[in-house]
Amino acid sequence: MSTPTEHLRHIPHERRRRVRAAPEPAARGAAPVIALDDVWLEFDHPVLRGATLHVDEGDTLLVLGESGTGKSTLLKLVLRLLLPERGRIRVFGGEINDLSFEEVLAIRRRIGKVFQNAALFDSLTVYENVAYPLREAGRKQEPEIERIVRERLEFVDLDPEQVMTKLPGELSGGMKKRVGIARAIASDPEVVLYDEPTAGLDPLAIDTIVGLIRKLQHELGVTAVVVTHDIRTGFRVASRVNLLREGRIEFDGTPEDMIASDDDYIQSYLQAA
Amino acid sequence: MNGFITSVDERMRGVALGVQEYFTLGARASRFVAARPFYWRDMLYQMDRIGAGSVPILFLTGLFTGMVLALQSSVELAKFGANIYIGNLVGASMVKELGPVLSALMVAGRAGSGIAAELGAMRVTEQIDALESFGTDPIKKLVTPRLLAGMIMLPLLTIMTDVVGIAGGLFIAVAKVEIPADIYLRGVWTTLALSGFVFGIFPRDFVGGLLKPLVFGAIIAGTGSYYGMNAQGGTEGVGRATTRAVVTSSILILATDYFLTQLLLVILPPVL
Ligand SMILES: Nc1ncnc2c1ncn2[C@@H]1O[C@H](COP(=O)(O)OP(=O)(O)OP(=O)(O)O)[C@@H](O)[C@H]1O
Ligand SMILES: [Mg+2]
Repeated sequence: MSTPTEHLRHIPHERRRRVRAAPEPAARGAAPVIALDDVWLEFDHPVLRGATLHVDEGDTLLVLGESGTGKSTLLKLVLRLLLPERGRIRVFGGEINDLSFEEVLAIRRRIGKVFQNAALFDSLTVYENVAYPLREAGRKQEPEIERIVRERLEFVDLDPEQVMTKLPGELSGGMKKRVGIARAIASDPEVVLYDEPTAGLDPLAIDTIVGLIRKLQHELGVTAVVVTHDIRTGFRVASRVNLLREGRIEFDGTPEDMIASDDDYIQSYLQAA
Repeated sequence: MNGFITSVDERMRGVALGVQEYFTLGARASRFVAARPFYWRDMLYQMDRIGAGSVPILFLTGLFTGMVLALQSSVELAKFGANIYIGNLVGASMVKELGPVLSALMVAGRAGSGIAAELGAMRVTEQIDALESFGTDPIKKLVTPRLLAGMIMLPLLTIMTDVVGIAGGLFIAVAKVEIPADIYLRGVWTTLALSGFVFGIFPRDFVGGLLKPLVFGAIIAGTGSYYGMNAQGGTEGVGRATTRAVVTSSILILATDYFLTQLLLVILPPVL
């Protein structure tokens, strides 16, 4: 069976048992912000086969791997948009498989996600797209929301006056991507998951995105996971690198360790890139 | 042979799972009717799309159905010299069956397919994942407003279809069969009054005729949402979801119509 979508799958879990909400950031301490432990998942063929990884607070983890190895799937698991067949996934110190749906929603609001194909809401303008997470959190008044939206758009090098009233269909691919990033960071998430943040961008825009990821990392201490085929860009932002291969994490270390590795596969992977 | 049995068995299990998921989706969507935040804007928008958007085609559907009913019954009734009863026939057929069922089928083709296509496109382009990742419950945000909009708008649309159909019949009766308008209209009213009243004022057939579209509205929006939310495999998958939504809801409408008619005969028995 292929995996049914989350909204249908979580129902038995709600009834199963009520678990305390994940602890607040203050209580985190040394525990990793995200931890996957021996995670297995298959669609019509096995994708993850015992994947284990962790992301510490303030880390920027780069996840590399060939196309179709399950990198996007890993990010979806962290948000519980998918459930693993086996294995534990802990986010902010709490196991997310056991949370009720409402508790999962609360966790998700603390995580920003940049989707591989932007996934902007077609029927909403750029302004409404970026404002969406802010409105959904429901704590801010409209003037403040507008101020933040403008700021975030400028942050990704877009002119608010020019793009705010446009619909996603009227934007170029690279612009969509940047709006997607602006939306992901709109509500000051503690963790940002970037799925191919620089694919389809010109070199200057890539520089902007790299600067942005670094800025979030250094100034705000945001924890990040970056999935990309663009190794050069990845190495510029990563504090650690994981290589996903055949459903498992084959390598875990710093970018320097990876370059220095004498593993044949790693070397050929780096050479090719 | 064995392979055949296994595949049939698997298909049946697939169908059973599908039915279970379908009702789970329906149950969850209805549960949110009372939960906050309630997405008012989304519901009003959907009411406009399903409702106002369907007015022209339902106007034409009602008009031509009423006209052809009048024409056909005039031919049959003429054999017995009973042409003055055209109003009775047109009124009864429109209000009891054709109004609700044809409206529902047309809306299924128009709005049900639209719901499946829209939600399907949102599913395959990860917009539904995006909604969820911002802490929105996609069922509450997408399915509940559509379900309610369908249940509110279809009865209203059906009333319109009924009225236009009766007017179309009136036109043919007067212009072609040469029955006076007041006789035609009295015929319509006597049929409706004949089977009795609910609470003393609402004709029974009329109430029955509104209960059906309420259920049909839920079927159309629910089926469209179900196939849309579960679309898989890119644009092709969206196309498949759309086709299935229309076919399934049309069949469900026709089957449910029979059972609802049967049920109405029991809970609101006609006065003879
Ligand atoms: N919803 C799904 N249903 C069925 N199979 C899926 C689904 N999502 C992903 N897969 C399969 O899982 C595998 C991993 O997909 P995933 O999108 O995680 O790859 P990826 O590493 O992100 O690839 P890329 O670098 O090309 O983005 C692929 O073989 C894909 O076909
Ligand atoms: Mg991917």
